[in-house]
Amino acid sequence: MSNKVLVLAEVREGVLRNVSFEAIAASKQIADGGEVVGVLIGDGVSQLAGELIAYGADRVVTVEHPHLKTYTSDGFSQAFLAVYNQEKPNAVVFGHTSLGKDLSPKIASKLQSGLISDVTEIQGSGSATVYIRPIYSGKAFEKVKVKEGITFVTVRPNNIAPLTKDSGRTGAVSALSVEITNLRTIIKEVVRKSTTGVDLSEAKVVVAGGRGVKSAEGFEPLQQLADLLGGAVGASRGACDADYCDYSLQIGQTGKVVTPDLYIAAGISGAIQHLAGMSNSKVIVAINKDPEANIFKVADYGIVGDLFEVIPLLIEEFKALKVNA
Amino acid sequence: MNIFVLVKRTFDTEEKITISGGKIQDDGAEYIINPYDEYAIEEAIQVRDAKGGKVTVVTIGGEDAEKQLRTALAMGADEAVLINTEDDLDELDQYSTALILAEYFKDKEVDLILAGNVAIDGGTGQVGPRVADLLGINYVTTITDLKIDGTSVKIVRDIEGDSEIIETSLPLLVTAQQGLNEPRYPSLPGIMKAKKKPLAELELDDLDIDEDDVEVKVETVEVFLPPKKEAGRILQGELSEQVKELVNLLHSEAKVV
Repeated sequence: MSNKVLVLAEVREGVLRNVSFEAIAASKQIADGGEVVGVLIGDGVSQLAGELIAYGADRVVTVEHPHLKTYTSDGFSQAFLAVYNQEKPNAVVFGHTSLGKDLSPKIASKLQSGLISDVTEIQGSGSATVYIRPIYSGKAFEKVKVKEGITFVTVRPNNIAPLTKDSGRTGAVSALSVEITNLRTIIKEVVRKSTTGVDLSEAKVVVAGGRGVKSAEGFEPLQQLADLLGGAVGASRGACDADYCDYSLQIGQTGKVVTPDLYIAAGISGAIQHLAGMSNSKVIVAINKDPEANIFKVADYGIVGDLFEVIPLLIEEFKALKVNA
Repeated sequence: MNIFVLVKRTFDTEEKITISGGKIQDDGAEYIINPYDEYAIEEAIQVRDAKGGKVTVVTIGGEDAEKQLRTALAMGADEAVLINTEDDLDELDQYSTALILAEYFKDKEVDLILAGNVAIDGGTGQVGPRVADLLGINYVTTITDLKIDGTSVKIVRDIEGDSEIIETSLPLLVTAQQGLNEPRYPSLPGIMKAKKKPLAELELDDLDIDEDDVEVKVETVEVFLPPKKEAGRILQGELSEQVKELVNLLHSEAKVV
């Protein structure tokens, strides 16, 4: 049986986030031949509708309002529920991002529905569809089924491949006018702390440092390497506790769980809590002075050595590779 | 102020996960208060100490969860409530968990509810916002700073590494992110006092909940372990040669750069 799927697109600084294209791919699978309707919420975002269609949405509904310029759960839930009530879908897909994590439980509560969060893979189709998601921060996984009501899932960034962009695809774009009232949260300011603008949970490359980085300044070569590879910098709890970096960079069971294509662990010993947060990365490189370090047990490639010698050499080699490419 | 904290008993982060008979094995496992809930408890105690009032910690679970509630009382919470669903329900999802908690709160005067932003076992982060929605109060997730002045509230919220400065008001539910505070360890006098603090146990009947009303919407059909990662190659030779080889491997073999 085919499904009608509503997929919420996410815009950051005027650009659609990758996870939105991944969510469309997930929606296609859930739709099983049915219609995938993209939802764009914001202020001055409707010109992005074509890109959603190019990535596989059949149709797009936009909701624009000055009160939707920045995300609030009150504003966005009013907008999304208005689209939901107009479209009456059987399934809803969000990205498992800061916004998705904040908004999806409220929408699920309003719809009195279940919600399968942080899905990394979808298997099967129709009533046999199961959703795979990590538990214990990736130490294990579970397969979850919808027992009753609509299907509502959030998909983890970097796990479900987006469809190939096809700029020749066409689809209808319609605007829905929604009254946005009674916002109980006022966003006074957003302070940008991430230097490169590459979000840790969405980054294809993560360069992470541990206690071996020794100081806040010690993170500079890691940042250079991350910038060069278009990636983000992360850290172990040890580095955060020692005040070398902000807790927002922490990867592990308390902290972020990441699954980049390439994870470079520098000066990280590899405590079980850290491994939970990164061991499902596609390729892991470990750099550590201690050949017995636990991190080597999960690494695809290991270099036993001082990160302050290895990282600058790596930067040179990657630069050379780029020049030759 | 009437302050409540939602807490969950979870596996210690040191625990390895093993599965047998299709279930996660908990024999001999060590349990802790979900680490994010510890930040919530600490913050609740600090708010109470500054503004006055009472901190009540609430959990859903079985008899065993009493230990974690006593720990929260030893940290400084005033009262604890265990909603024991062991005999009534085989399974809970976030929908049913939130409904049960909302029923508990129905006749309570609530100024502030705190919770962890996510539990490190299930990892959905749904229950806090769902409870807030059912109670009709506002919520702010992943907070790293909280300042209360009368009924106005100033919050710093972590959004994927950036910070959002927020103004809102009580009544409110917030979920704690790492960096909010440094949770205290229970002191010895605290542990002694905790033994005498009130710990109420409720069942679904006490909350006028019928089992049919809290039937799950989603169900786990299987749990499994990720494929075991084989230890890879430790590169050999001069450091500069190793680095050359590594970049080559990442480019040609692994194809990730």
